[in-house]
Amino acid sequence: MALLEVRDLHVFYGNIEALKGISLDAEPGQIMAILGGNGAGKSTTLRTISGLLRPRSGTISFEGRSIVGLEAHVIVGMGLSQVPEGRRIFNILTVEENLNLGGYIVRSHRDLIRARKAEVFKLFPRLAERRAQLAGTLSGGEQQMLAIGRALMSEPKVLMLDEPSLGLSPILSRSVLKTVREVANRGTAVLLVEQNARQALAIADRACVIETGSVVLEGDAATLAKDERVQKAYLGGFEAVASG
Amino acid sequence: MHAFLEYTITGLTVGSFYALVALGYTIVYGIIRLINFAQGDLSMVGAFLGWTLLVSLGFEHLPIYLAVVAAFVIPMLGTAVINLGILQFAYKPLLRRSLLAILITALGMSLLLQNTVLLLYGPSIDAYPPNLLPTTGFYVGPVHVTYVQTALVAVSLLLMGGLVLFVQRTTIGTAMRALAQDHDAARLMGINVDAIIRVAFVLGAMLAAASGVMLGIYYIQIQFTFGFLLGLRAFTAAVLGGIGNIPGAMAGGFLIGLLEAYTTGYISGKWEDVVVFAVLIGVLVVKPTGLFGERVAERM
Repeated sequence: MALLEVRDLHVFYGNIEALKGISLDAEPGQIMAILGGNGAGKSTTLRTISGLLRPRSGTISFEGRSIVGLEAHVIVGMGLSQVPEGRRIFNILTVEENLNLGGYIVRSHRDLIRARKAEVFKLFPRLAERRAQLAGTLSGGEQQMLAIGRALMSEPKVLMLDEPSLGLSPILSRSVLKTVREVANRGTAVLLVEQNARQALAIADRACVIETGSVVLEGDAATLAKDERVQKAYLGGFEAVASG
Repeated sequence: MHAFLEYTITGLTVGSFYALVALGYTIVYGIIRLINFAQGDLSMVGAFLGWTLLVSLGFEHLPIYLAVVAAFVIPMLGTAVINLGILQFAYKPLLRRSLLAILITALGMSLLLQNTVLLLYGPSIDAYPPNLLPTTGFYVGPVHVTYVQTALVAVSLLLMGGLVLFVQRTTIGTAMRALAQDHDAARLMGINVDAIIRVAFVLGAMLAAASGVMLGIYYIQIQFTFGFLLGLRAFTAAVLGGIGNIPGAMAGGFLIGLLEAYTTGYISGKWEDVVVFAVLIGVLVVKPTGLFGERVAERM
């Protein structure tokens, strides 16, 4: 049984069915890339796993226990952390305060917070330099580092990232994704939602493609990268335009 | 000049009461964007709880420190419980639906508190023990300052300092500031948003109750109606400072207190409310974000 198992998830916004039976797994030490166009249901999937949305039907089990219906903060406490789309860092708080809140579930263990902050600063030395600065004054790349560092403060068993490379330069996004790979290598299960399919597939172990609320393709990242349909829809955009 | 200084002392004293109530408005608004119109009435409830202890139960005959501490702490706790009840039964069912509905409910809670106190204590004026604190004072140059004024302003400043430390230095306080910006992001940090909202309601009620007891000690007379006007003035103070902004609420409270004292001193007590509410309208028209307010989404 996988660490995180999502089965046949149906989620509605009012009468609109956003997820039409999504199933996927996350395994320790592996990156599962979730690809798909705008509005396909990628963010909705993560938001549902995190408990911000309630599914109408379907199951989500973590370490064999159902987490459907639990409050979002309880789910974080169990070991599932999310870096939301658009980063959503707390602009009016300092970098350090943002990280402290990331460790909210262990807030009474000051030494643990300190140790984890040191870990995050090792991963992102730029954040250490700017620890006393208001998070709103950071550059886009630094904000993304902070968003990831903040999520790592709870030492999640499952880390979900929603478009971490959005708005970043190709160089920066490559370095952010490299860090994500490092985190996975330490044994964390990673769910990576990305529009940048090429870079995502390059670091992922497995991948799936979501279209209009359903998983249409799933498999090895390497296999998917060679798949004709994936190449056409998500990797070959430029060539298609060039040759057309 | 002499008169001016006297008015200033009075203004700062009364202003510290407004500041405490204004802080309650601002903390709650910062977190759930609700103007808790019952804030002034919570102060009134606190004043009556304090009166019950001091007069009905005879705490006024205890050693003075004990009496004063009990007359603050117990009403603060009692009012906090009442405010939690209001949150749980009146506001929470509406929280994720309509802000307008909660706003109207808040007005209803204000009436409910007034009428409950009317029912329990009657419509007559009750009196705090006039000699609870020494009635004498001292001179700063030519200006007479009473010990009561000094003590009340000191307690107010202490409470405000405590609140600022709590909000700035503790993790729960940091979570409160985070909530002022983004509830969902806070949930993703593992923050129990409902629990933090409860903390805000407890803090707001405790500050209101403290100001109520102080009003009782200062003005001696209390009546079930006083919370309404107090609440409106404190609301004006909160808006003046920039609602959602903690230093703003404190500054606004003192400014409104001073404004009121100068109006009473130089014009007439009858014009107090005219001037105060003219300020409210003026701020809303000219600078709705208040003196300290910035962008609405990022205050507190």
